[in-house]
Order: sequence, then structure tokens, then C-alpha cells
Amino acid sequence: MAPRKSKKKTARKAAAKKPARKAARKQARKPKPAAKAAARVKRGAAAVRYLVPRSEIDRIVSRVLKFSRAEETEVVVDATTDALTRFANNTIHQNVAEQGISVSVRAVVNGRTARASTNKTDDESLARVARAAERLALLQPPSENLLPMLGKQKYPPVARFFPATAAATPADRARAVVRVVDLATRREQTTAGIFATGVSQSTLATSRGLFAYHEQTRAEFSVTFLDGGSSGWAKANFGDISLIDPGALAESASRKARESLQPREIPAGRYTVILEPPAVLDLVGFLFYDFAATAVEDKRSCLTGRMGKKIFGDNITIWDDVYHPLQAGAPFDGEGVPRQKVLLVDRGVPKNLVYARGTAKRLKAKPTGHGLPLPNEWGEAPLNLVFAGGETSTDQMIASTEKGILVTRFWYIREVDPYRKILTGMTRDGTFLVENGKVAGAVKNFRFNQSMIEMLASVEALGPAVRSAGEESFEMVVPPMKVRDFHFSEVTKF
Amino acid sequence: MMEDWANLALDTAVARGATYADVRVIDVRQRELSTKNGQVGTLVEGESLGLGVRVVADGAWGFAATDRLTKQGIEKCAAEAVAIARASALAKLHDVVLAPEEPAVDTWQSPFVRDPFRIPVDRQIDLLLEADAEMRKVAGVTVAETGMVFRRLEQLFASTAGARIHQVKMQSGAGIVASSFSKDELQKRSYPNSFGGQHALRGYELVEEIDLVGNARRVAEEAVALHKAPQCPEGTRTVLLDGSQVGLQVHESIGHPIELDRVLGMEANFAGTSFLTLDKLGTLPYASEHVTVVADARLEHGPGLGTFGYDDEGVPAQSTDIIRDGLFTGYLTSRETAAAIGEKRSNGTMRAESWNRLPLIRMTNISLLPGAWKLDDLIADTDDGIYMETNRSWSIDDRRYHFQFGTEIGWEIKGGKKVRMLKNPSYSGITTEFWNSCDAVCSRDHWTLWGTPNCGKGQPMQTMGTGHGAAPARFRNVRVGIAFSR
Repeated sequence: MAPRKSKKKTARKAAAKKPARKAARKQARKPKPAAKAAARVKRGAAAVRYLVPRSEIDRIVSRVLKFSRAEETEVVVDATTDALTRFANNTIHQNVAEQGISVSVRAVVNGRTARASTNKTDDESLARVARAAERLALLQPPSENLLPMLGKQKYPPVARFFPATAAATPADRARAVVRVVDLATRREQTTAGIFATGVSQSTLATSRGLFAYHEQTRAEFSVTFLDGGSSGWAKANFGDISLIDPGALAESASRKARESLQPREIPAGRYTVILEPPAVLDLVGFLFYDFAATAVEDKRSCLTGRMGKKIFGDNITIWDDVYHPLQAGAPFDGEGVPRQKVLLVDRGVPKNLVYARGTAKRLKAKPTGHGLPLPNEWGEAPLNLVFAGGETSTDQMIASTEKGILVTRFWYIREVDPYRKILTGMTRDGTFLVENGKVAGAVKNFRFNQSMIEMLASVEALGPAVRSAGEESFEMVVPPMKVRDFHFSEVTKF
Repeated sequence: MMEDWANLALDTAVARGATYADVRVIDVRQRELSTKNGQVGTLVEGESLGLGVRVVADGAWGFAATDRLTKQGIEKCAAEAVAIARASALAKLHDVVLAPEEPAVDTWQSPFVRDPFRIPVDRQIDLLLEADAEMRKVAGVTVAETGMVFRRLEQLFASTAGARIHQVKMQSGAGIVASSFSKDELQKRSYPNSFGGQHALRGYELVEEIDLVGNARRVAEEAVALHKAPQCPEGTRTVLLDGSQVGLQVHESIGHPIELDRVLGMEANFAGTSFLTLDKLGTLPYASEHVTVVADARLEHGPGLGTFGYDDEGVPAQSTDIIRDGLFTGYLTSRETAAAIGEKRSNGTMRAESWNRLPLIRMTNISLLPGAWKLDDLIADTDDGIYMETNRSWSIDDRRYHFQFGTEIGWEIKGGKKVRMLKNPSYSGITTEFWNSCDAVCSRDHWTLWGTPNCGKGQPMQTMGTGHGAAPARFRNVRVGIAFSR
């Protein structure tokens, strides 16, 4: 059911003020800091063909601003080119590519705002979408919390466009899959997975002169090995395809599947767990909206009444940092505010929240560059969480454990109690008993019901933080963790 | 225009070497409105037009999609689909074979009374703000939220076999939520369901019928009252589920396991596989004799989110027995997979989120057929049990055996009567054990075709609306309360 990444998907840029249609058009023709940084990366000819030309983006922005009759106008242009090769049963069974563009216009009229979008970029359609935003805006009561759109901003440079990723072809992906299938065949196993590559371009401009542009690439490889009734899994996601090693990921998944054969059933209960980074990611990812000031204001964050209090262990420090070298994303938020690095939790104490402009004004704080595109009822969200790591390797965690469970990843995680922050879910694709400092065989998968607040107060050891990819949360920088008293409530049949 | 674009895509694919191709040209219009605590939140309209070309070349699949609907853009897209298919063939074990299907030339439109896009936005906002205000009149409500969403989808399906199918679907949804925070606890109540309320293949008449304003006060009062209610006990109990929760139980523990692509391992890397291996067809006692479940995409089943004229392979809507009097009898199939269970024809369940996504086997309307009980009689017939309403959390393992659900509110039943409210209800179990413990299903008077608008599946992820007809039902010896045990 419901994908959980929707807030991140909608999160991005946005914009600001009046006088400057001319200025915006002028700005649209000039290379911007972020674009300059990206341009320093040499692009191959094959890569460039995947991008919508800047001249076309500039045309769309300037036409919308020309057509708009609103007091203030914001234009968001998102262009994507994505391809995904999917394999199962040791063959490619789905293989897709798509390219698309979205033009989204926000109008402000008489203290009211609304948004309309289209993927048609001819003049008639752009004029129509501008009109639609104006018409919608007029059909509602005035907003109590609307601020003037932003003018020109400066953004720290980020370089996240990698030509080799953009240039990857279906044949490139298929050849990598063939090598993985060969491994599975040799070991009499079955493999399934994906190899995806893509390019995205995001532009946000306002009639007050703001122009923000960001482009980035994305490569992702995820692989499952099936071995009789057992399975193993591994996944990586980077902007730079050269950092992805399908062979190594396949080797890890294959080994876990083989080691998971004939799992034994052990009773549910509280165990010390050693959580590999994807397992950590998919749990702590459920905390991200709790750090939104709007969530605390609405009393639906688990941090309501807990800011400044020591609720986690000394070893838990969390930032939101889009500029971290292992992170991805644009240096501006959905309103065009430059993103800031924010210390969210300092040695176990929740210290700061993130703020959109409107939230900041209402709560007498400063915006942090985490606003979601307007209009929305959610306010803001940190989308680039970075956990402080430690120095204990996973092997050392195992060696120091008398009895525990080693978890590869979790699955189908959902929130049971929003204030105690109890999550439920299942282990999957490699769950092992640890006894007397050694992995002592596979066990049947568990259901857990575990409070995140209690878990982050019970972390005994941390490993180095890495960029991790799972299936329940967007990518973050998290360490492996050793946690005591993790609550497995029931056992399934495999 | 749509047919010209489709023909160009098909001609290009064939010229490039495709042995089969189909194309879907889709024009989507959407409107979303929401309020929070008396202020308009989301107010967005959108449109999206594009096409997706699916081809078989060198015996393998390729798919490409574009919104550049120029001659050059469409030709490039179709050529790319063929190139991708040729790359797929590098890792091919056998050629794609499709079950035969007579190419249809037809039109189909979902019926509706009132076009939601012709209802003035300000009138829709006024209704939401009125419901919002009603909820906030109740002391203790900390967040009141309301929302509506409307979607019109026009689609042309065309294939090299000669199919030309034009369909228009109108979808509406609306709902309200009251949240209440007190001391160290957050409770909420939704109406008519969680996940944005009720959703159906209908017009604005759906919104008018569900009476958001008339239910706002009750929902808010229940959210606040939950703080003082006792905790749902832990143990083994008789459980009665309301129709919306039965619908979600069907979705997770019947609808997903019967997807034949899951069973065959095609979703192993993401959504998972299924405990329903092929040997179980026609032999597994999936449920008690009180349980009959169908997959029915036909309009005569109702205007559900899984209702259509034809699926996205051009196969007509059908009704398939999934569980007949407790016995497992059918899977959801496609033209490529039907042969795996010895069928000569797909039962028409291939669906794609939009023009830029590949059709996958998806639930249509997976419905539990009504029984004979009136709800009052069923409660009166229950000596000691818990009645649980409106989903709050849901989780199930990757083979669809072990599940756990939480609901927003519960009611303790003693001596045939609802005696008191319970907070934080939850229950868990193993799919087949749970369905075999069902001893009563309520009648058609209590039966609703619920809409689940947010079913995720596939890589890249696709979100699909599915329908689930269900009435309240009773289950014996169910484990309850473990989600909150300390």
C-alpha cells in the first residue's frame, strides 16, 4: 500500500515577490551558482541529450511570467529522464524508460494562493495554466499566513550531475544484469532486482526575481537472491554510477540467501539486535516529519513537549544536511529558501526543528530552508538526515554479543503509536541468530513492535555512517547499530 | 488526435522490428483540495498528457513513455522501446508468449451524475471548511483536517493486433479527520475511512452522499473520548471488524497473495512473493465456508476503484472466483502469465498508474461477498468480543502470511451488547488461520464497495486505486493487543 515517500516527492523548490518579471527573465538567462558548479563537471555528448536544454527551461519560465496576471507568480519546472531494467527468475522481465516535464504555477492574488500544473509546454497551455492558478486562488478565503514570494537568492554550489550516470544505456544495464544472472546460475540460485538510472532537473523562479536551478543524476541497484525457501538482499543508491558495484552487491545477497537456508524458529521476545544500515535507515526514516516545526505546533510530533530533554542516548546526534557529500538534492527548498545544515539532535537531546518561512514567522523563528511547495498544510520537513556514526564495525558488534539477532533489513514498517513512536514491521531477507560472539545460523522472520524513542536510548554501539538505501524511507546517511532490548512480538512461518 | 499519435507509435515500433506493440495515450485531469484547522491547505489542479509504448522485439519486452507528443517525440519514444526490448533480450531465457485476446474496438465510460470539475471550487472549499469548523467545536480537538480529490482519466488503448479502446473514468474521494493530543497520547478518528475517506469511480454525488458535515461532530467527539477509554486488552478474543477494516484485511491478506506475478517471483525484489504457490490452487482451504471472494472489475459489481471496461492489455473486465465457500479457486492473471496456471485467457487485471508506467497485475475489485447477518444481530450473538473500526496501521510480511492491524477505535462487547469504548485496538495473525476463523459475515445492507486509493507496487513504484466490497464480519480466537504490549 501507501508509498511513504510522498512528502519528499512533493518537497522541493518554490518562490517569492513582485517587481521583477524582467529581472527574472534576465536571471533566467544567466548561469546560476548551482548550475555553474554542475557545469564544472564535464559532460559527455551522450549525457547532454538526456537534459532539457536550459534555453527551453528559460523559455517556459519567461512565457509563464509573461502570461500571468497575478500579483505574484512562481514557476516550477521539473524535468526527468528515468530508465529502469528489472529482472526476476534470472531474466529481464520489465525494462522501461520515461521522459517527462511538469510546469507548475503558483499565483498570488489578493492574499490568496493556489497552484496549477501541466506537462504541456506550448504557449496556449502555459497561458492556460497561469490562468488556472489565478482562478483557483480567487476562489478561496484569504490565507492568514501568506508571505511575499522571495527575490533573488544565493545558494551554495552542489555538483550532483554525473555524466556517466546520465549516459548509461539499456545495454549497459542489461550487461550488468547478465553478470548477476550468471552468478545466480552458477550457484543454482534465482535472482531478481533492478538497475535504474536517471536525470532530474529542477527549476524554481518567481516574478520577484528568484531563479533557482538544480540538476542531478541517480543510479540505483537492488538485488535479491532466492535459494530454495530463503532469500538475501542488497541495495545501493548513488548519484555517480561508478560507485555502484552490482557484482559485490549480488555476491552479498547470494551469500545471505545461502546462509539463510533452513532457518530455525526461536521464540519472540526482547533481544539485543545488530541492525545493518538499511535496517537502521528504514526505522529512523519514520522520524523525519517529527522534526518539522509544524508537526510540533500541531501536537502530532513525538517531540511535542520533549524538545531540550534528553530522550535518546549520548551517542545519538542527528543533522539535516543537504550539503553532506553522501547526500543528494537541491540546495533550496520548496519556496526557494537556501537550505541550511541544522543540528536536530545533540548527544541525545532534540535541539532544533526545521522551519518553512510561514511557520518561522508564526512561531517567531528563522526559516531553515526546509519548506515544502506552497500551498500545503504540512509546512516543512528535513529530507537529508545524517546520523553521527561510531567506530565499531558490524563484526565487532557480533563478536561482543552473547545472544542477539543480526538483521539485514525490515519490511512493511508502519506507525502504531505516533507519540510513543511505536513502529511495527517484519524482518526480511537475512535474519540471523548471534550466539557467543558468532553468527549461529538463520532464524525465521520476526514481527517487531518497537518504540523509536526507547530504541535510540538503547544503542550500545555505532559503526561508521554510510549512505544507505532501503524501501521504506528515502536515502540517508546512517550507521549500523547494536541495540539492546529490541521487541520482537511474534514469528512468521519462514 | 489520440488515435493519430497511437498509430504513429505503433507504426514506428513495427518498422523498428517489434513483433507486437501496444500504446496507451492518456490525458489526466486532477483536482485536490484540503483544509487544516480552518485554513485552506492544498488547492491544486493538474493535467498530464502522454503516451507509453510497450513492445515485444527479439522475443523480449521493452517500454518507453513520453509527453513530447510531436512526430519526432513519438517516433523517438517508440524506437527507444524497441531498443530497450533488444537489450532485454540479452538476458532472455525464453520468448514472450501472450495468451490470445480478440482485439476489441469499443468505447466505455464510467457513469456519474455530477461532474466534480463543474462544481465551483469555492463551493467545495465551503463544504470542507464547514466540516472543519464542526470538528473544531469539540474541545480537545487539536487538528481538524478535511480533503477532496477528483480525477478524470481519458485513455486510448491501441495495439498492433487491431484493438482500439477508448475509455473515460471519473473518480471522486473525500474524507475528514479529527486528531486530539492530550498529555502523552495522540488519538484520531476518520470518516468515512482513513486514507482520505471514501473513494469510488463516481462523480460529486459521492461527496454529497457521505455527509461530511453531519458526521464531523461525532468523529471529533470520539477522538477526544478515546483518551479516557481503557486500553484494548492483550490476549485471545472474538473480534468483529467493521466493513472498511474487513476491506483492508481482504486487500492485504487475499488481494496481494493472489497476484500471479508475485506468485511467479516477478516481484521478489520489492513487494515480495506469495505463500499461495501454484499447488494450492483448487486445494487450499483458504477460509471458512462463510467466505466467498471475487475479483470483479465489471460495472455491475459496483463503481469501485477497480472497475473498468477493459484492462491495460485490452482484455475486457471480468469476474473471477478467488475463494468459493472457503476454497482457494483463482489468481489474478495477465496475458503473459495465464498459461502458468493452465488458463487460455487472461482474466483482465493488468493496470498502469498512468501513461508513463508499465501495466502490472493489480487488484481490481477484490470483494468479500455479503452473508446473511444484520450487524445488530451479530453483536447480540457475541458474548465476549471486541468490535474494531477504521484502520490506523497495517503491516504484513513479504509472503503475506503474518499480519498486524491497528484500528482507530474499539468497542468491548459483553453479553451481546457494546458496553464501552476501547482505545488502541490491534490484532494479528496468520492469513489462512484468520480467514478460517471467520464464522459470520453481515448482509448486503451493511456491504460497501470501499476504495483504497494508495496501493503501491512495482519498480518504479506505481500507486493504484483498488476496490474492496465488504461488510462487517466476525472472527474467533484472534490475538489482540500485542502491538501495545510492553
